[in-house]
Amino acid sequence: MTLAMLGEAWRAMGANRLRTFLTMLGMVIGVGAVVLMMSIGQGAQYAIKQSISAMGSNLFILLSGSTQAGGVRSGSGGGYTLNVGDAEAIAELQGVQAVAPIHSGSAQIVYGPNNWNTAVIGTMPGYLDARSWPVVAGSTFTDSDVRSATRVALIGQTAAQNLFGDENPLGKTIRVRQSPFVIVGLLGVKGQGMDGRDQDDTIIIPLTTAQRQVFGSQFPGSVRMVMVQTATQEIMPAVEKSMTELLRQRHRIREGMDSDFFLRNLTAAADSAAESTRIMSLLLGAIASVSLLVGGIGIMNIMLVSVTERTREIGIRMAIGARERDILLQFLLEAIIISVVGCFIGLLLGIAGALLVEATTGTLVIISFSSVGVAFGVAAAVGIFFGFYPAKKAAQLDPIEALRYQ
Amino acid sequence: MGDSVIRIKGLHKSYETSAGLFPVLKDVGLQVAAGEFVAIMGPSGSGKSTFMNILGCLDEPTSGRYELNGRDVANLDRDELAALRNRTIGFVFQGFNLLPRMSLQDNVALPLIYCGVERDERHQRARDLLAKVGLERYFESMPNKISGGQQQRVAIARALVNQPRLILADEPTGNLDSHTGEEIMALFDSLNREGITIVLVTHEADIAQHAHRQVHFLDGRIVNDHAVQREHSA
Repeated sequence: MTLAMLGEAWRAMGANRLRTFLTMLGMVIGVGAVVLMMSIGQGAQYAIKQSISAMGSNLFILLSGSTQAGGVRSGSGGGYTLNVGDAEAIAELQGVQAVAPIHSGSAQIVYGPNNWNTAVIGTMPGYLDARSWPVVAGSTFTDSDVRSATRVALIGQTAAQNLFGDENPLGKTIRVRQSPFVIVGLLGVKGQGMDGRDQDDTIIIPLTTAQRQVFGSQFPGSVRMVMVQTATQEIMPAVEKSMTELLRQRHRIREGMDSDFFLRNLTAAADSAAESTRIMSLLLGAIASVSLLVGGIGIMNIMLVSVTERTREIGIRMAIGARERDILLQFLLEAIIISVVGCFIGLLLGIAGALLVEATTGTLVIISFSSVGVAFGVAAAVGIFFGFYPAKKAAQLDPIEALRYQ
Repeated sequence: MGDSVIRIKGLHKSYETSAGLFPVLKDVGLQVAAGEFVAIMGPSGSGKSTFMNILGCLDEPTSGRYELNGRDVANLDRDELAALRNRTIGFVFQGFNLLPRMSLQDNVALPLIYCGVERDERHQRARDLLAKVGLERYFESMPNKISGGQQQRVAIARALVNQPRLILADEPTGNLDSHTGEEIMALFDSLNREGITIVLVTHEADIAQHAHRQVHFLDGRIVNDHAVQREHSA
């Protein structure tokens, strides 16, 4: 029965091929646009997620507070209100996974005839864990290196490339501000940071070495920045609270006084970047959906024309015993076939378009099963929704009036 | 006479026009027994086609009672009326009313789709009936490739495909030349001999001579209802 109806719908569509094709085209463009836009949007979201996880997840940055001297305020990180003892105390807090006090700056580094200006990060071994940054060759420095302020360094890929070219940097000695450092490890590729800076253009050295031998320090043991990583994202607010309480206590800040440090939730900033990308891709999808809607209206329009044209046929069918639901099904099937076939072609074109975008512009696109499924489901629903009214109209015709229609 | 297939009493039908209600049928009463061959005659505008459409459950009377096989048609819903048109009545039109984009076989089989007959049986029955009306060579032809007389045979085959006991024909020879018309009437004669009740509308006296009973309409009323006096050639 339904099979016979399917055959009839197919025949009716074949009788007016150009019209069927043009109606389908509306669907094709709509679905193609949705798939393309969603693929690009999801690619952008993925790229953002990647750079967030490259930065390290569940991170706090603790900055020392500003100093005020004669009305000139230095800004955050300007003073030295934090020290290594604070970092060690924070490490004992529940939920804290890694703590890394940081003393950084930039310096000219020299190897043989080559020299290069790069970021020098003085920190502790926990820094690499917090930023989930692997050492791909050699090994990291240890806590004992920090205690004894050894002159060892880990080198980032970009810095290594500029200084050593194709040479293996491991075991080589470089000079940082005249002090010799032995390269003990090569860091993995980290890529661009959220601010567009190349994170691989760096060397990492023990904190104590940086404080005493490279940058010098006004107050030994004090740092301007501490990186703190929690075990999960959910406990970040709780850790933030306990960390603030701990530091206020350690720094003897009375109730109602401003803290002498700043605590920044890096993940929150990254999340808002991800959120804005998500909204952008939703917006793209919404715009593309409008063309899907227009395609649906095209189907409805053509189906209405078709019902009017075939009024007499409907009358004949009723005269030989077609029930309302038979006529309804016949026209509904036509609309559904048009939208589903159009949807399928649109899917193929959308996927092809997405791959083309990736190939030509290098933008990351992700064709997910969910976006394909959503597009297909919506298209089928559009076909049913916009096909129903014309089909209902056909089914409710009066047999004798339909027969008399010329 | 056997049981009444059609029993009509006090049937009225009016159409709404801009000048008010226009009566087409006025107090029509008729009984047709099983196996009868009735010709309904009258000039154009006498209401005979409207009457036929009501008999065929295509149109509804304004008032009055119409019983088909003992069932009051007024109480039936749209689906039940569709089922009557599908199984109980075979309707033959003046203009043939075949579907243009379908082969003859598919045209004849179409009513069977609406009562859920399987594909193979549909084709078998359509072929049997096309053979019965003398068109066994045209199963896959399209309606516009055959003559008017042949198209009307296809239409009759379609009317017969669900084995109805009642055939209603509205001027079945009206679009045909007199020779082809006679061939079609011979077909009706043989169907009637098989026991199928036939009611046909015509304004041609020769055609009406094939019936056993003639009912004359004039101005929306039945003015004459008599048996046909003749030698029926077997």
